[in-house]
Amino acid sequence: MSEPLVAGADAGEVVRIREIARQIRIEVIKAVYHAQAGHLGGPLSAADLLAALYFHVMRIRPEEPAWPDRDRFILSKGHSSIGLYAAMALRGYFPLEELATFDAAHSRLQGHPDMTRLPGLDMSSGSLGMGISAGMGMALGARLTGRDLRTYVMLGDGECQEGEVWEAAMAAPRYALDNLIVIVDHNKLQQYGWPGDGPDGRIPPQVPGELVAKWKAFGWRVLEMDGHDVADILRVLGEAGRSDGRPVAVIAHTVKGKGVSFMEGRYYWHTRAIKPEELATALADLGEPLPASEGEPR
Amino acid sequence: MTLPMGRPMREIFGETVAELANDNPRIVMLDGDVGSSTRADIFEKAHPDRYLQMGIAEQNMLGVAAGLATMGLIPFISTFVSFAVVRPLDQIRVLIAQTGLNVKITPGYAGLFTGQTGMSHIIVDDMSIMRAMPGMVTVSPADDVEAREVLRWAAAYDGPCYVRLVRDATQRLFGDDYRFAFGKAVTVREGRDVTLFSTGSQTPRVVDAADLLAADGIDAHVVHVPTIKPLDVEAIVDAAERTGRVITVEEHSVIGGLGGAVAETLSEHRPTRVNRIGLQDLYPQSGPNDALLDIYGLSAARVADQVRTILRPA
Repeated sequence: MSEPLVAGADAGEVVRIREIARQIRIEVIKAVYHAQAGHLGGPLSAADLLAALYFHVMRIRPEEPAWPDRDRFILSKGHSSIGLYAAMALRGYFPLEELATFDAAHSRLQGHPDMTRLPGLDMSSGSLGMGISAGMGMALGARLTGRDLRTYVMLGDGECQEGEVWEAAMAAPRYALDNLIVIVDHNKLQQYGWPGDGPDGRIPPQVPGELVAKWKAFGWRVLEMDGHDVADILRVLGEAGRSDGRPVAVIAHTVKGKGVSFMEGRYYWHTRAIKPEELATALADLGEPLPASEGEPR
Repeated sequence: MTLPMGRPMREIFGETVAELANDNPRIVMLDGDVGSSTRADIFEKAHPDRYLQMGIAEQNMLGVAAGLATMGLIPFISTFVSFAVVRPLDQIRVLIAQTGLNVKITPGYAGLFTGQTGMSHIIVDDMSIMRAMPGMVTVSPADDVEAREVLRWAAAYDGPCYVRLVRDATQRLFGDDYRFAFGKAVTVREGRDVTLFSTGSQTPRVVDAADLLAADGIDAHVVHVPTIKPLDVEAIVDAAERTGRVITVEEHSVIGGLGGAVAETLSEHRPTRVNRIGLQDLYPQSGPNDALLDIYGLSAARVADQVRTILRPA
């Protein structure tokens, strides 16, 4: 395996990544408002993780998206596509203005990621549970072809209800794929969920500790992090990059809808159109004044 | 006269992919824990480092294949048709057909010959399903000679493909000099009275049926259609025009497979009456191969009977 990543990062880097995450969230809100379609809760919970991956952790070349030795990233929770698109645009894969085409006909930024349209997407996704299998294939393929790279796969916690996730969890340790790093965006809510005594009458997709116990039982190295604490993210992803013969599952504790006051922890903001009067509040929460041009949806 | 027996396509599978891998280091074999049945074990012996056991987890296996293909590898899939097509169908759709990734879906146990397993293992609508899927091509070889040719083609073809292979020895149709041409139908018997289209290992039995019909004064024109999609439209239309009477025969459901494809094509290009012989919207039972062919009307004698009845109704 290649040189380990730095264990942490200096304060300046943490501030830089945190600001990028804020910009990702702003672009997510703007794009979903424009489209009056798309998902919000998941992209917002994943924003800090995406910022860390695309601006610090992964070895990538935005100007050469098919660089053979790049690290791979699969957004298995494909409904958070706008979060990934925002990170990619900010990183320079395509112009920021293109985010305004999200979800539109003929756009490269399809509702769910389509690798045949947008260079830089390592895999199509959208049907849940599949990204981890494709990621396992990439990690195994890297091993077989002698390429020194890592494959990162982001799963949702609700997505971990899919059986295919556990087929992959069973199979990957057989090949000692320590170049495979799964990050579970554990935001404790799914689209609707079981009824119960949780917020808004729904309960989380797993009981506390369930994900850690399951991934450990399948033979993975399990790390936990605060998925909104950039210093913690950089430290843990650095740790995840060290090889010990086991694939790595990082359980990132997050808040669905993070950063927007009225979306945080509310399951029904999984996917919902933003009303004009809500837009100003959302952007203000993210420290962004409402520009005049953002007043009308597309 | 009856066509001779050839070798089991599953042995051809293990041998041919292993041979191809000798010259192509990008070929890998993914096995869903049935390598001793599909004869992926022959590949394993030759290339142990490129035999990838995936366990009894077919959805993951197809996804891993997609990931391997992005790394420039050429994965061949070893499992049974039922577990290669319907169990991981969404993985094939989203990760392979929609992406165009270079995965070879090459299961054994097509049709009725599944080692007396019954309806959980016998799938009779695999061609209908895979033919309907955008981005997928479907090939059903007639015998061991053609199976070898098709596997060689598949390794060279850049994109996803579905190749269905048969478990047991079946009759040999082609000589050693036969060359498979993707997307082309093959006239295997010239005749004037009726055109019989067939595919897969049913074709040799249809050729035998044509000999039985000849004894009754029915001169059948027999066309083998190995590539169900893309269909050889010109050959289908030409062969229909030749006799003006068309019957399809397949060891598969009459809905959506060869019969469906031929009927669709002729409806658009040359409206012709088409009768379809095959499995009639049912789930087959387990039993010895010959018994199943007889029960479901696919032995040479039973095909000949049905053709006679269609052409000369009582």
